[in-house]
Amino acid sequence: MRRWLTRRSRIPAVLRLTLAVILAAGAVAVLAAPSSEGQTSSGAGVPGGPPAGVNAPSKSPEPPAPGDPVKTFPDSPALRAQGYTLYQAGCSSCHGIALQGTPGVAPSLRGVGAGPVDFYLSTGRMPLEQPREEPQRAPALYTRGQIDALIAYVASFGGPPAPTADPAKGNLALGLHEFTLHCAGCHQVVARGGLTVNVPVPDLLAATPQQVAEAVRMGPYVMPHFGTRQIDQHDLDSIARYVLWTRHPVNAGGWAIYNLGPIPEGIVAWFMGLAALVIVARLIGERLA
Amino acid sequence: MNVLQRTLERRFLRGTRWLEQRLGAAKGIKWLLSYVFPDHWSFLLGEIALYAFIVLVGTGTFLALYYIPGDSQVIYHGPYALLQGEQMSEAYRSVVDLSFSVPAGLLFRQAHHWAADVFVAAIVLHLCRIFFTGAYRKPRDVNYFIGLTMLMLAILEGFAGYSLIDDLLSGMGLAIAYGVALSLPGIGAQLGYLVWGGPFPGSSSFLPRLEIVHVFLIPGTLAVLITLHLVMIMRQHHSQFPGPGRRERNVVGTPLWPAYALRSIGLLLAVAGVLFLLGGLVQINPIWQWGPFHPYLSENGAQPDWYIGWLIGALRLMPNWEPAIGNYTLIPNPFWGGAAFPLFVFIVMFAWPAIERRFTRDHLRHDLLDRPRDRPTRTAIGAAFLSWVMIIFAVGSTDRLFFRLHISYTAQIHFWRAGVWVLPILIFFITRSACRSLRRTDTHPMRAWQGTVVRRGPDGSITRLGDSADRTQSRPSEEPVGTVPAESER
Amino acid sequence: MSTGDGSPRLRPIARTLAVLVALRTAVRTATGRERPGPPAPPDVDPSERIVPASRRAETIVAALLLAAAVFGFGFTFVYVVSGENTQLLGLAVGGMLALLAAAAIIAGKLVVPQEQSVEQRDPLLVEEQAEEIVEIVEAGGEGVSRRALLAGAGGVAGAALITAAATPVASLGPTLNGIHTTDWKRGVRLLDTSGRPYLAADIEIGTFYTALPEGGDPEHLGAGLLVVRLPPEFLHLPPARQSWAPDGIVAYSKICPHAACAISLYRYPTYRPTSVEPAFTCPCHYSTFLPGEGGRLVFGPAGRALPQLPLMVDADGYLRAAGPFHEDIGPSWWNIHRGQS
Repeated sequence: MRRWLTRRSRIPAVLRLTLAVILAAGAVAVLAAPSSEGQTSSGAGVPGGPPAGVNAPSKSPEPPAPGDPVKTFPDSPALRAQGYTLYQAGCSSCHGIALQGTPGVAPSLRGVGAGPVDFYLSTGRMPLEQPREEPQRAPALYTRGQIDALIAYVASFGGPPAPTADPAKGNLALGLHEFTLHCAGCHQVVARGGLTVNVPVPDLLAATPQQVAEAVRMGPYVMPHFGTRQIDQHDLDSIARYVLWTRHPVNAGGWAIYNLGPIPEGIVAWFMGLAALVIVARLIGERLA
Repeated sequence: MNVLQRTLERRFLRGTRWLEQRLGAAKGIKWLLSYVFPDHWSFLLGEIALYAFIVLVGTGTFLALYYIPGDSQVIYHGPYALLQGEQMSEAYRSVVDLSFSVPAGLLFRQAHHWAADVFVAAIVLHLCRIFFTGAYRKPRDVNYFIGLTMLMLAILEGFAGYSLIDDLLSGMGLAIAYGVALSLPGIGAQLGYLVWGGPFPGSSSFLPRLEIVHVFLIPGTLAVLITLHLVMIMRQHHSQFPGPGRRERNVVGTPLWPAYALRSIGLLLAVAGVLFLLGGLVQINPIWQWGPFHPYLSENGAQPDWYIGWLIGALRLMPNWEPAIGNYTLIPNPFWGGAAFPLFVFIVMFAWPAIERRFTRDHLRHDLLDRPRDRPTRTAIGAAFLSWVMIIFAVGSTDRLFFRLHISYTAQIHFWRAGVWVLPILIFFITRSACRSLRRTDTHPMRAWQGTVVRRGPDGSITRLGDSADRTQSRPSEEPVGTVPAESER
Repeated sequence: MSTGDGSPRLRPIARTLAVLVALRTAVRTATGRERPGPPAPPDVDPSERIVPASRRAETIVAALLLAAAVFGFGFTFVYVVSGENTQLLGLAVGGMLALLAAAAIIAGKLVVPQEQSVEQRDPLLVEEQAEEIVEIVEAGGEGVSRRALLAGAGGVAGAALITAAATPVASLGPTLNGIHTTDWKRGVRLLDTSGRPYLAADIEIGTFYTALPEGGDPEHLGAGLLVVRLPPEFLHLPPARQSWAPDGIVAYSKICPHAACAISLYRYPTYRPTSVEPAFTCPCHYSTFLPGEGGRLVFGPAGRALPQLPLMVDADGYLRAAGPFHEDIGPSWWNIHRGQS
């Protein structure tokens, strides 16, 4: 302790203060930055439309309303066969060789349809290493073609069609309004993520409109799912457009410091504003003589 | 050239005579021009706060010309696309308009907000300097109390300021403030109804009242207290660190004119410069992104400005104790974190000079400051207390830590419920032992080194070039001024 | 200390005192409360005056001032050309101020004379003057005989004055009328935020709905409701509330009973065995409540359960309140009506 405290330093004080400011700015970045990778969602399995047996998931994907656009994925016997092979190799150990799930480990996938499969696989949340861990956003393990194959195979067991969203048809103001009402409680109003107790909520910086639509309708992991009574297709298009907008929101004020609000603002006030002024005070506080 | 100079000098003399004929203030002006400021950078922290206040008044006046404290619901039809057709209060619309439709409006708003953040930060740093150097001792105890009062007012003032806007964040902050007001034992509901003019979100008179508080009552009080603070400093002169020729009875430093005046003006300009640079380049409180407030709306990660952060930390850390007998709630839970905690912190700080006198029996006047290491117990108590408050402050952002690092939020809260007591005790002992060892070696922890500079010649002989610059300060050797026995001093 | 009186023989009491004082000093020195006296510093006179007379510094200051002028005019120019460009405006005005600051500081340190001088402090207290003040003031009471009476009467009058001055504060706020009531009464329909009434059939498992009272004030603190439908596996209401949840639909006040924030977090597991039970969480201080158990608190600082509103379904299938809240909504206060749970 004593050696450390009384150790001499050859770095001039002003440089040391400057260094401290830079380090603090780094701390802002580490503490406040939203983590695109730090996503979570969707625990284990995906829900089944008509509850299928004892190992069904607790909630099922909302079907699109009649007349709403749906996302169609490629389908063919060959694709299903490829999907079967991939499924048996990568998914069956938890979800069962016949999609029936494993009680206490993973839910049945019968009747979940295409949407959840596309969501979990395209966001890299599945497959999981441990059934109890929270699925996090990650680079997708499967190629687009492999995902399509798995979708074709799982969707062949039935389920609602996958929803979709077209940001071009959405209205930004409506998107903000609906996002605040339904989504901001967990995802933060500029979609920077947050938490519900003991489940981190992902930011939506990397979410595509298709993934937004799928997540809204199915409610991955502990997220609620939203039907057309709460969020109709126009609202969904608008939310998708708003989520895209939050990647580059209107930052008329300058450097956005992650659009998080007061935490990074406080760090900047102390470690850039006040620190710079303390350096000035340090410079003028003593006579030059 | 010389002619010009002589003319100017004559003019100046004539002006001075004109003034003297009317005021006769020559003695006071001469005294002021040669008023001595001791040289140490840490004496400028309070000045930073003062200059931030000046920036606040200037920018705030501009903002007040545009702000409308109205709660009637209107539909937005301004240039900002994301709020088109949205229902919002008149107050929120006026601030969105100020940000997007008034030239330089956003610059002033942001500079004002940064100035508020830096203002309170500078006061806190100034308070730390005062505490750890013992500058609150007689004769400066009254001025210390004024300073603490100003800190409380500054926090209230900041909260009132960002609550005026009626955006989603400020609405949530006011909801919590309402919860804390209601939690005051016995009188809470009456007080809450008095302030809000009814149940939350309050009657139409609430925002106009808040505006009067923010632009008139608190700033006016602050201005009066600042004046008192400065007058008392001038009367007593600054305290100073011990050093060659520096005694209890004198003050050594730079006279106001000319060098100090220029440096001080430089600091004022630097404060304004930094705040306007931040205001122009770093976004603060982008209210258009938060959207308008309604009581049934909220968002994740909502936080208050930093100087309220210690309260949100305390509110989150507190277990759910809420003793009640039947329908009589003795102490509603938000009272602990939102009212009892800050009251306790301020009571301790107000009582500290008396507590210290009680234990040291030192009732003397002190104009020479202590180096923190020379008072290991005081420094250790201060560090422990500060760390206690800072831990609670930091707990206010554990949710962000959970988001970043995935350390279970509930586990963090449970850990800190114990850690908030254990860690300050550890810090007390570490600080005290560090102070003692520093005092023994008498070196500066960051800059001073002791030794002799030598050169070894080719023949192995050693030439002494000189000693290290002796920057350690000698201790006061004389008795402090005013050596009157303790009892007659109270 | 008065132990030494010059006499060569110390009396016993004085000797004991001397020992005590020495002990105290030793203890204080050992515990660091008092330092042994250091050698006196050399009594130097620190006064000095240095005249820098640096033409180079003067040039730098002049250059800084001119540069500041450029930024200052630049501000006006940017303001006229594009008044919305906050970054350019900030750079211009902030740059001007920073350059002026640099000029003033350099001038203060390198151009004008550098002086260190010594000023004597005022002793502040001069005993005679304090006594004189007391004498002057007391002389003003010469000949007044019934001081106690006058002081007492003056005190009473002062108290009355303060009371009278403080009384109008009460006109700021209404009385607590209506603090126990909300717009939710038996038969009030549940509307969504755009005003459409909810059918019981609209409410699905695994999601939450925000509801407002039909005909009520949406900005009232008690207006907002959280409505969810739970399957039997998660529905364990207290026995007295079994009838409050038609078809498993439960409704709670949206306002956290801790500090009045809106509860806008609902977690609902996709697969219960590998994740958490359904719960509401308040985003302000993370109080967490179980909708299936009458709003029981499982984590966080709230001192009460989340108030539940009894529901019913009418003949047309619309959701309606089956009665008012059985306890007060909103943050706790002294006489809040607390629920049974």
